[in-house]
Amino acid sequence: METIKTDVAIIGAGGAGLRAAIAVAESAPDLKVALISKVYPMRSHTVAAEGGAAGVIKQGDSLEDHFNDTVAGGDWLCDQDAVDLFIRQAPVELTQLEHWGCPWSREKNGHVAVRPFGGMKNERTWFAADKSGFHILHTLFQTSLKYPSIERYDEFYCTDLIVADGVCQGVSAIEMRTGLMQLFQARSVIIAAGGAGWMFPFTTNGAIKTADGMAMAYRAGVPLKDMEFVQYHPTGLPGTGILLTEGCRGEGGILVNKDGYRYLQDYDLGPPDPWPRNKAMELGPRDRLSQAFWHEQKKGRTVGSRWGDVVYLDMRHLGEKKINEKLPLVRDLAASYVGADPVHELVPVRPVVHYMMGGIHTNIDAATPMPGLYAAGECACVSINGANRLGSNSLTELLVFGKRAGEHAVEHARSAAQPSESEIRQKGEEARKRVTDLFLREDGGENITTIRKEMNETMESGAGIYRAEDSMRETCDKVLELRERFSRVHLEDKSNVFNTNMLYTMEVGSMLEAAHAVAFSAINRKESRGSHQRLDYTARDDGSFLKHSLAYYQGEVEPRMDYLDVVITRSQPGQRVYGGSAK
Amino acid sequence: MSRKPYVREISHTTWYLARRRDLLHMAQEVTSLFIGIYTIMLLWGVKALSEGPGAYQVFLDALGSPLVIAFNWITFVIMLYHSISWFSVTPKAMPVQIGEEFLPGGIIAAGHYIAWVVVSAVIYYLAGGFNG
Amino acid sequence: MTQRTVELSILRYRPEEDDKPWFQTYQVPCDEDWVVLDAINYVKDHLDGSLSYRWSCHMAVCGSCSMMINGDPALSCKTFIRDLPEGPVRIEPLANFPIERDLVVVMDDFMEKLQRVKPYLIRSTEKPLEEGQHLQSPAELKKFKQYTLCINCACCYSACPQYALIPEFIGPAALTLAHRYNQDSRDQGRDEREDVVASNEGIWDCSFAGACSDVCPKHVDPASAVQQMKIASTVDWFMRRLGLGGGKS
Ligand SMILES: Cc1cc2nc3c(=O)[nH]c(=O)nc-3n(C[C@H](O)[C@H](O)[C@H](O)COP(=O)(O)OP(=O)(O)OC[C@H]3O[C@@H](n4cnc5c(N)ncnc54)[C@H](O)[C@@H]3O)c2cc1C
Ligand code: SF4
Ligand code: SF4
Ligand code: FES
Repeated sequence: METIKTDVAIIGAGGAGLRAAIAVAESAPDLKVALISKVYPMRSHTVAAEGGAAGVIKQGDSLEDHFNDTVAGGDWLCDQDAVDLFIRQAPVELTQLEHWGCPWSREKNGHVAVRPFGGMKNERTWFAADKSGFHILHTLFQTSLKYPSIERYDEFYCTDLIVADGVCQGVSAIEMRTGLMQLFQARSVIIAAGGAGWMFPFTTNGAIKTADGMAMAYRAGVPLKDMEFVQYHPTGLPGTGILLTEGCRGEGGILVNKDGYRYLQDYDLGPPDPWPRNKAMELGPRDRLSQAFWHEQKKGRTVGSRWGDVVYLDMRHLGEKKINEKLPLVRDLAASYVGADPVHELVPVRPVVHYMMGGIHTNIDAATPMPGLYAAGECACVSINGANRLGSNSLTELLVFGKRAGEHAVEHARSAAQPSESEIRQKGEEARKRVTDLFLREDGGENITTIRKEMNETMESGAGIYRAEDSMRETCDKVLELRERFSRVHLEDKSNVFNTNMLYTMEVGSMLEAAHAVAFSAINRKESRGSHQRLDYTARDDGSFLKHSLAYYQGEVEPRMDYLDVVITRSQPGQRVYGGSAK
Repeated sequence: MSRKPYVREISHTTWYLARRRDLLHMAQEVTSLFIGIYTIMLLWGVKALSEGPGAYQVFLDALGSPLVIAFNWITFVIMLYHSISWFSVTPKAMPVQIGEEFLPGGIIAAGHYIAWVVVSAVIYYLAGGFNG
Repeated sequence: MTQRTVELSILRYRPEEDDKPWFQTYQVPCDEDWVVLDAINYVKDHLDGSLSYRWSCHMAVCGSCSMMINGDPALSCKTFIRDLPEGPVRIEPLANFPIERDLVVVMDDFMEKLQRVKPYLIRSTEKPLEEGQHLQSPAELKKFKQYTLCINCACCYSACPQYALIPEFIGPAALTLAHRYNQDSRDQGRDEREDVVASNEGIWDCSFAGACSDVCPKHVDPASAVQQMKIASTVDWFMRRLGLGGGKS
């Protein structure tokens, strides 16, 4: 096994990983960065984000409003010190991107333009048409090319953290093109490996979002925090799960049921003004909108389509010019994938799994409880998103905490003790053994596709928009069973070069571990909060659950749960009010 | 090392036969030979002119031969084709932005056609074409 | 939902077993709204787990699923089965790139070329962050916007006859990326890029075949970018001859 020595190893080259790499390169050009990613950086799923990134920039808006929107949007499960830092750094980071060439959409006077977004009181979402994530990712990637200290390892699949003397000192990875296992020895490690939407059957996430980063940290003993909070986005295209950005509604699109009725007014989100009103109706928060769909479905007021039940997103009144200018991608996607041109037709949509609020437990410095290990981006939970992320906060989060992770990783790298080389090698061998065992395994009668599909089904039924004790219990048991069966999966393909059969199998392994944390954290949170809605405990219970859940890995059995107080500085838990009475 | 990337060789002489698009492109490239030959012919005319009336008469006689006339017609058609295909892509090569919007391609191409007619007329005039 | 069984004829190459690529056929029951990628995923999930290919977003934005479909480079997640002619669908790895395995090609050359054109804002003096954003009018943005839309799918390299014949050619996407920054009102790096762009392997290798623009799934129109650079370079050259400087003002 070859050892590659570096100073800071970064797992993942999406928005968070690239931002972290640039932060290291800028603040410590003498340190070597190994930027490791299972796909080329520009394939990372940040590329798919459409709507934009939030940061206070306009007259009439205030940091305090951004703070309050975020904390209330998260149903008071956000750590307020982290939110504070986040909202302050947001405009700085977005301006930094502007300086790096990001083609933000502009106003006539040349200033960057902002658009309204769900749950935000004022317009503060910076956007680049409806390809914001694409432009952010490409800007970061292209900018990263100018720093000689960043060495990229594209198409390397990381398998395990290397922990020696209780300190994270590297990571093992398989080079896809050779099949060789490589050992990265590093003084600090940053995980920026993205989300986990693929554990669900119907998601806006790309096929690479398979919880690898979360699982790696989890297995190494770092807790996963608030995993029960899974965001459903209200407007996915049926069939494929392709997202139609909240920008559609920010620009004035409305949601109607089978009777052409703007049903959101029945769920405390009215009045149904004909124009977009911030924090009301279609611009309410995502959890509320997805839940409203569920109720409409129960009432039989959704539309049956060949892809199952849907409601309609109506954008016809926006006109062709505005749609072409502000939502060109949406038009293309809807026309191609469901055959509905938003300029002339209603577009069928339904809620779809979109984002993991939970993730690797970190503090405000992006540091995990394990020395030497940092995490940022969707795989991490700092937590600014609480029980429900507001749209457009996540892209900003990647930047703010990606940078912070980079800077703190530098600090640690400078002060870290001498690496424990022999122990590192030994841990590397153990990591390699996990992979070679998979190659050597005999046919145990289990099939990876079947296991993945069964995992998808059980996650939807037990950890969906509404949850109940019975279905969650079933899901917990099912995931446990699947994990056991997974240990009997054998590889159909035992070759070395670009073996995607091996890759997909390892990914399913990661997802099963993270799925277990989701289901088990959910069943133990006996209240309803944000995106975690229970039919058996319908109210929020601040007395017992104004706390973060922490799931600890325990091997092949159920995780151990622990709880941590939420950091509250100045906003006491209150009612989340949307619609006409929202402030 | 188990890697063994496979390079698909392409034939340097027949590659363009596989795809219609490439074939058309090659046709365009090859027909420019005619334009090249035509240019050489013109140069020969100029040279003949400088060598005196005798040499020039030989040149003119050669132009009269049916073969050369046929060649000239073919070249003329090819030249038209090249001009038109070039004009149709000028909006891409030379876009004109006025305010926020780009001038529609049709207008830019039309501008080229107008310029073409005007320049041709001027040359025709200088060559005495309008004097009967 | 109506189904149709489609025969996929996929070029396989497993470097550890095969000396050269060969076609393998699969019968796939396809839904009416499937794209080619859905059919390939069906093969992977149900018929042959050993098939390798790249994909992720399934929404034509990550650029990883490009391949030759019936002889033309295209995104497999944006090519609908219903739009293909009846009969078998022929699927091969992107042309003009070495095959690593099955439908996976070696992208090193493409990645190196992207980097070579210095695709980032270059300024003689950096504006401090505290001074806020650069102003840029919607018109200035529109001038280069189209050239920012490249998803690096490399379809254009597969279609470009010049890249096929001259592997050193920097090629459409990378040159377009250089143009994108050159045209950005905030950038001052054109002279630096010109060394690469107008070099032997640069714009002058392009014969304006336009194939790149025909196949580009994002309508970036790299051919026009390259022609604009040629014109700008030519103008520079004359300006220099006339002693008027040249390069970007
Ligand atoms: C369709 C869609 C639209 C969205 N729109 C918005 C929006 O408008 N506004 C907003 O704020 N947020 C939006 N989001 C959310 C936001 O885009 C994501 O949360 C964010 O981009 C995640 O970035 P990341 O850097 O954490 O991860 P990613 O961009 O997913 O990158 C993960 C990286 O980790 C690498 N990786 C993963 N596992 C491994 C491994 N085992 N070994 C090596 N490398 C690995 C991958 O290769 C990749 O480079 C959207 C999300 C989706 C899905
Ligand atoms: S226009 Fe130039 S770059 Fe594009 S395909 Fe033709 S030769 Fe290649
Ligand atoms: S220019 Fe078009 S075809 Fe070429 S890489 Fe970019 S998106 Fe793909
Ligand atoms: S899968 Fe991303 S472009 Fe096709």
